[in-house]
Amino acid sequence: MNKNSSVKTVVAVGIGAALFFVLGRFVAIPSGIPNTNISVQYAVLALLAAMYGPVAGGLIGFIGHTLIDLSWGGSPWWSWIIASAFVGVVVGLFAKSLALSEGDFGKKKMVTFAVANVVANAIAWGVIAPVLDIAIYSEPVEKVFAQGAMAAVANSLTAVIIGLLLVVAFTKTIAKKGSLDKE
Amino acid sequence: MAAKTVLNYLPRKSVVHSLTGTTKLAFFLCFTFASMITYDTRVLAGLLAVSLVCFKLSHIKLREVRFMLVFMLIFLVLNNLFIYLFSPDQGTAIYGTRTVLCHLFWRYDITAEQLFYTLNITLKYFVALPVAILFISATNPSEFASSLNSIGISYRVGYSVAIALRYIPDIQRDYHNISQAQQARGVELGKTEKLWTRLKNAVTILLPLILTSLNRIDVISNAMELRGFGKNPKRTWYTHRPFRTTDYLALALGAALFAVSMTVTLVCGRFYNPFI
Repeated sequence: MNKNSSVKTVVAVGIGAALFFVLGRFVAIPSGIPNTNISVQYAVLALLAAMYGPVAGGLIGFIGHTLIDLSWGGSPWWSWIIASAFVGVVVGLFAKSLALSEGDFGKKKMVTFAVANVVANAIAWGVIAPVLDIAIYSEPVEKVFAQGAMAAVANSLTAVIIGLLLVVAFTKTIAKKGSLDKE
Repeated sequence: MAAKTVLNYLPRKSVVHSLTGTTKLAFFLCFTFASMITYDTRVLAGLLAVSLVCFKLSHIKLREVRFMLVFMLIFLVLNNLFIYLFSPDQGTAIYGTRTVLCHLFWRYDITAEQLFYTLNITLKYFVALPVAILFISATNPSEFASSLNSIGISYRVGYSVAIALRYIPDIQRDYHNISQAQQARGVELGKTEKLWTRLKNAVTILLPLILTSLNRIDVISNAMELRGFGKNPKRTWYTHRPFRTTDYLALALGAALFAVSMTVTLVCGRFYNPFI
């Protein structure tokens, strides 16, 4: 990593965490199921992680989620924060193969992006969050896995649908590599 | 949407406020971990007492933080309700006995063990609450980055957190402007739209927000690059304050609480069992 990109990562983490916070704290899009809102922040987390890599993705999830918890006034709920960070790291691992800054985003990359998000969210909310809930907070097994499964489905859908729409729209704004023709 | 600051800093003249940010952060972490590992009612009660004394010392009034308290209470009630709905016998599973107080219906009995377990969960929430509120409202946000750095976290990460705190109000304002502008053009996010349209409409708001944020990232990182950010392995902080006696005392108290909680957990187990 050269020096310029490391400064950029620092800033991307800061701004990304701020975005994650604002979307997670103040933006509520009703999902149709009572009391359940669409967590758009996970779509944005997916996009930013895919752009800036696993370190940035993980930190955005970690810092953003911690700030949300702190702003609600409780002590941070570490198990879910770690799950958020995990989503960022896993999606970020695909940053190289997605190469969003090149501007072409074909079918193959769409599938990669979708699979990465589903895997990341399924493991994070279906396994990591409930297991840590049991280990740290001794909550009942049935309850945490029911909660986790709901979150896994909701967040994967959000990340895949809104995330894909975002990425496609975003890559259209970038000039493709080799898009200039010699006349 | 009022431009509320995230961490609702309430400046006061008090012992708690005069502690350095580092001390507060370290104490907060020690305390949350201490209350996290144990489920022992006696330890939790002791921690709650310490926590309330700290709150008293800070001269922050209860009504100033009422919003957080109410939110936490709602969350707590909902959580306890869910736990009961999903496993009414969690208390029995933990404490090993089953003392039925009264029968409700189907598999739902009210047992002494379940009530005791619920009491412990409630205690666990309340123990951390005053210290968390204090940490948020008595720490100057600009001191936060330097305190993260001084407990051993890389200053780059500290700086990221500082940037996040600095730009949250800006991004909030951007979001507000963009969503008003789009709503004026007929973009609707409420329940009147179909779910798919709602999602697509969310993207029409999110995309401009992300593009302006990416622009911001470029501008800020260029500015930091120009000022030589990240050149040295260490840096100094404008808001850094030297430690005083009270800081050492607070740190010792935090470490002691953590040690007590850890020893009790290791020696007597996580749960205090009055049933056998």
